[in-house]
Amino acid sequence: MNNISRHSNSKKTPTVEYPRFYLYIRIVQAKLFIDNNYAEEIDLDNISDEAYFSKFHFIRLFKSIYGKTPHQYLISVRVEKAQQLLRNDKTVSEACFLVGFKSITTFSGLFKKVAGESPSSYAARHKEAKEQARKAPLTFVPGCYAYQHGWLENSNFEEGNI
Amino acid sequence: MITKMTITNIHVINQDSAYDFYVNKLGFKLVDDIPMGPDARWLTVSPPEQPDLQLVLFPVKVSKIFPKETAETLISLIKQGVFGCGVLTCNDVFATYEELKAKGVEFIKPPTKEFYGTEALFKDDSGNFFSLQPINNFGK
Repeated sequence: MNNISRHSNSKKTPTVEYPRFYLYIRIVQAKLFIDNNYAEEIDLDNISDEAYFSKFHFIRLFKSIYGKTPHQYLISVRVEKAQQLLRNDKTVSEACFLVGFKSITTFSGLFKKVAGESPSSYAARHKEAKEQARKAPLTFVPGCYAYQHGWLENSNFEEGNI
Repeated sequence: MITKMTITNIHVINQDSAYDFYVNKLGFKLVDDIPMGPDARWLTVSPPEQPDLQLVLFPVKVSKIFPKETAETLISLIKQGVFGCGVLTCNDVFATYEELKAKGVEFIKPPTKEFYGTEALFKDDSGNFFSLQPINNFGK
C-alpha cells in the first residue's frame, strides 16, 4: 500500500482483466438482492434463474466467493438483522417475523446455530449491557481514551461509580 | 512480548457519516455506540470476522485533544487523502470491488495486478484510504 498520489500516477500497473467478469456481476447482484430483500419470501431458484445459471453452478460460484451457499447466506443475514432488532428492544417474535421467518421455532433454532445463543438470551444480555452503558458509560471505554478525552474530569453524565 | 492489536483509531470527520460508511457499506460490526455527554460519543466497530479488533471512529474536531489549528490541519490532510489506514482483506477482491462500488464506495484504483498481488484502493467517507487485497496475497 502506498499514498494516493503515487498510486494514481502509476502507469505501469494495468487493471487486471476480470476473471469471468459477467459471472461476478451476476453473483454480486444476487448477493445484494438478498441483502435488500431478506425479509421477503426469497425463492433462491428464481435468483439463479435470473442470473442465467443452473442452480448447481450458481450455488457453487456463490459459495466460492462468499464462503456460504445462498441459503446459508440468507439465514445469516436474517439472523444478523434480527440481532439488530433485538438490540433495539423488539421482542423475539417481532424480530422473527420482521426478518422473514415464518415460525418462531425455526427462527430460534437457526438463531442459536448462527449466534451461539438463543434469541431471548441474546436480547437479555444486550438489554443488561445497554442499561449498564446508560448508568456507567465509562466502564465501556478504555481508561486511556476516557482520560485523553477529558471524560474522567467531566463525568457528570455518568450515574454510576467508576 | 506484545501479543495483539486490540484497539486502533481511524480519524473521521463526521461520526454519523462514518457509522453509515463502516457499518452499512463495508459491513463492519458495531461494537459500542455510547453517548459520552452532549457532544461526545464512543463509537467502535470491528471487521466482520475479527471481533477482537476494535476500530475507534475517532472524530477530529476542536476539543481537548485537538486544538483549533491542529483540528483544521488534520481535517484538511484527511480530506486530501494523505492517510492510508491499512490493508483490508477479503476472499475475492473482484466480487468485493463490485459490491462496494454498487454501494457507492469511491475507488481510487480498481483491482490491479501489482508485483505483490491484486490490489484495489478505496476511500472512506472522510478521505482516508484503504488497500483491499485478497487474503491469499498474504499466503493465507
